Amino acid sequence: MTDLSVKFCGVQFDNPLVNASGILGITGASLANVGRNGAGGVTTKSLWLSEHVGHKSPVIIANDYYMLNAVGLPDGGLEKAQSEINHFIELRREFLKDFKAGSNDAVGKNAQARKRKYLPLIANIVAGKVEDFENIAREIACLEPDIIEVNISCPNVESELGKPFACVAADAATVTRHVKKVVGNIPVTVKLSPNVEDIVSIARAVVDAGADALTLINTAGPGMAINIETRMPILTNRVGGLSGAALKPLAIKIIHDVHRALPNIPIIGTGGVLSGQDALEMMIAGATLVGIGTGIALRGVEIFDLALREMADWCEENGVEKVSDVIGTVK
Amino acid sequence: MNLFPSSVRITKVNKETPLVTSLVFEYPERAAPGQFVMVWVPGVDEKPMSVAFDDGKSITVSVAAVGTLSKALSEKKVGDVIGVRGPFGQKFTWKKGDRIAMLAGGYGVAPLYFAAHEAVKDGCTVDFFHGARTHEYLPFADRVEVLMNTTYYPATDDGSRGFKGTSVACWVEKMGDDYAEAQKYDLVMTCGPERMMKAVSDVAFELGIKALVSVERYMKCGFGICGNCVVDDSGITTCKKGTVMDNEEVRKIAEFGVYHRDSLGKKVNW
Ligand SMILES: Cc1cc2nc3c(=O)[nH]c(=O)nc-3n(C[C@H](O)[C@H](O)[C@H](O)COP(=O)(O)OP(=O)(O)OC[C@H]3O[C@@H](n4cnc5c(N)ncnc54)[C@H](O)[C@@H]3O)c2cc1C
Ligand SMILES: Cc1cc2nc3c(=O)[nH]c(=O)nc-3n(C[C@H](O)[C@H](O)[C@H](O)COP(=O)(O)O)c2cc1C
Repeated sequence: MTDLSVKFCGVQFDNPLVNASGILGITGASLANVGRNGAGGVTTKSLWLSEHVGHKSPVIIANDYYMLNAVGLPDGGLEKAQSEINHFIELRREFLKDFKAGSNDAVGKNAQARKRKYLPLIANIVAGKVEDFENIAREIACLEPDIIEVNISCPNVESELGKPFACVAADAATVTRHVKKVVGNIPVTVKLSPNVEDIVSIARAVVDAGADALTLINTAGPGMAINIETRMPILTNRVGGLSGAALKPLAIKIIHDVHRALPNIPIIGTGGVLSGQDALEMMIAGATLVGIGTGIALRGVEIFDLALREMADWCEENGVEKVSDVIGTVK
Repeated sequence: MNLFPSSVRITKVNKETPLVTSLVFEYPERAAPGQFVMVWVPGVDEKPMSVAFDDGKSITVSVAAVGTLSKALSEKKVGDVIGVRGPFGQKFTWKKGDRIAMLAGGYGVAPLYFAAHEAVKDGCTVDFFHGARTHEYLPFADRVEVLMNTTYYPATDDGSRGFKGTSVACWVEKMGDDYAEAQKYDLVMTCGPERMMKAVSDVAFELGIKALVSVERYMKCGFGICGNCVVDDSGITTCKKGTVMDNEEVRKIAEFGVYHRDSLGKKVNW
């Protein structure tokens, strides 16, 4: 039996797969369901200090090659975050108890057979101003998530918020410093954008500012798709971030480059992972955890269960006993 | 996988009631009763709409003009172009020869009319209970009435047509004292306002009759990734695992009949 567990910033994950932020992360019950389907950890949708209205639909369109989204980071604000995270923690308690008792309600054949020790929570936060990053980080830290992920890289709110902080090294570092100051010993991972000239220098700037880890990458672009009959951009926001299969080579290259430059900084890799093989490729490039977003559209929430099976099979066939042994082994 | 809207041209427009308009358009994919499509009015918005009919070539949606998108859609004319994605979601299913009670309210009558139309072809018999404020708000009544092996029971709040009271009260009365005739149903299907469906779910559960309930929540993607349409505490997406669900599943949804979520994911009481 392959050992699929990994350690990320000192937090033990039963396996390396997590849902990417913004996918199935709006409620505590939704996150618990992602866990029941096999994910090693779960990530909230980006949390704002106050209510934030998203874009008008259509907000998500996709084909086999890519997805464009301009959901626009809708969120109910702090009170909602508190109630949903507390609900998640309550449901997680039940979930882990059930697993120990052996009568777990994990769905899917493989998930059922898999023992669970823990289900870490990654709280993803966002803000339009540095002070607000600090304020939301302070409040969310009180809820004791296992990890805080800082989203400074969403490309589809540019019209509203201007260029993402992740596009300027100094700005990215400032946000990181302000967040680190108020979260005690909760590890912080900063989510970066592929839409920059020199990703390594930005990665280095946030690590120098105190980031414990990096999430690579957010969506690329933004891009646009036009309906030719009506000659209208399909997304009401006109443009949206690119994710899915087409994003994977960009993500692999960035993870590879950053891991080479900063080999001691753990990475959550996201971008176009659709299978266990894709997840392994990302780990070989340098990721410790792997986020799945768009892949859920193709294979359902069952993708976690399926991809874990694929990872375990590959490890067995290739004589890998611990999946963590493949991290950063690209030649 | 194609989750881009296809452009379709409207071929027919039917005013059903002062509030409800049906739009017909040719569509390359086929839909079953209970499924929905995402309908896009370019430049306005995109929202889920139940498939009210599929004749093998064209799909019908029936729209109640209540807000921005639904009003824009209700003003569309023959020849206008809209975008459509789908169909999505689970289907109403039945067994050959089932004796079915259908309880409809609001725009829920459209998918249930479609279900009845198909079920009677499979030798099913249908008692169709249809509730509304007044006789003016009973769209599809004429079409349901003429279906074979179907008995139509209208119910209006003001008694202007059929039973005076709710469709659920009408159904309960029909089953007689102590639900004496309950065993005549193999299956219950309901689609309509949630508090009505909650009452149906409760009665069906109490009587031990299998029931299919359409659980509708605020939807954005329609294919189970945005997570806006999830329910407490199961956390499943209703766009994908529903909207049509077995009552057994619905009984596990603690929020059913109590609250739903808005476009920001905040709880709103029904
Ligand atoms: C699976 C499903 C099937 C539906 N089928 C039909 C149908 O056949 N005919 C029909 O007229 N309507 C249907 N609706 C409702 C429809 O999607 C819209 O909600 C409705 O038309 C109002 O949108 P609006 O923009 O006109 O109004 P708004 O001004 O946006 O809202 C009016 C009210 O509708 C609710 N609402 C808004 N958007 C949604 C949404 N995307 N999903 C659910 N509730 C929402 C809100 O709670 C709001 O109070 C269906 C909804 C779902 C989820
Ligand atoms: C519909 C959708 C919503 C998203 N919302 C968020 C978000 O709220 N916060 C965030 O940090 N990233 C968000 N992202 C980016 C993803 O977390 C992820 O980084 C990106 O989609 C690449 O991974 P994928 O190809 O597996 O989807 C979103 C992506 C999609 C497709």
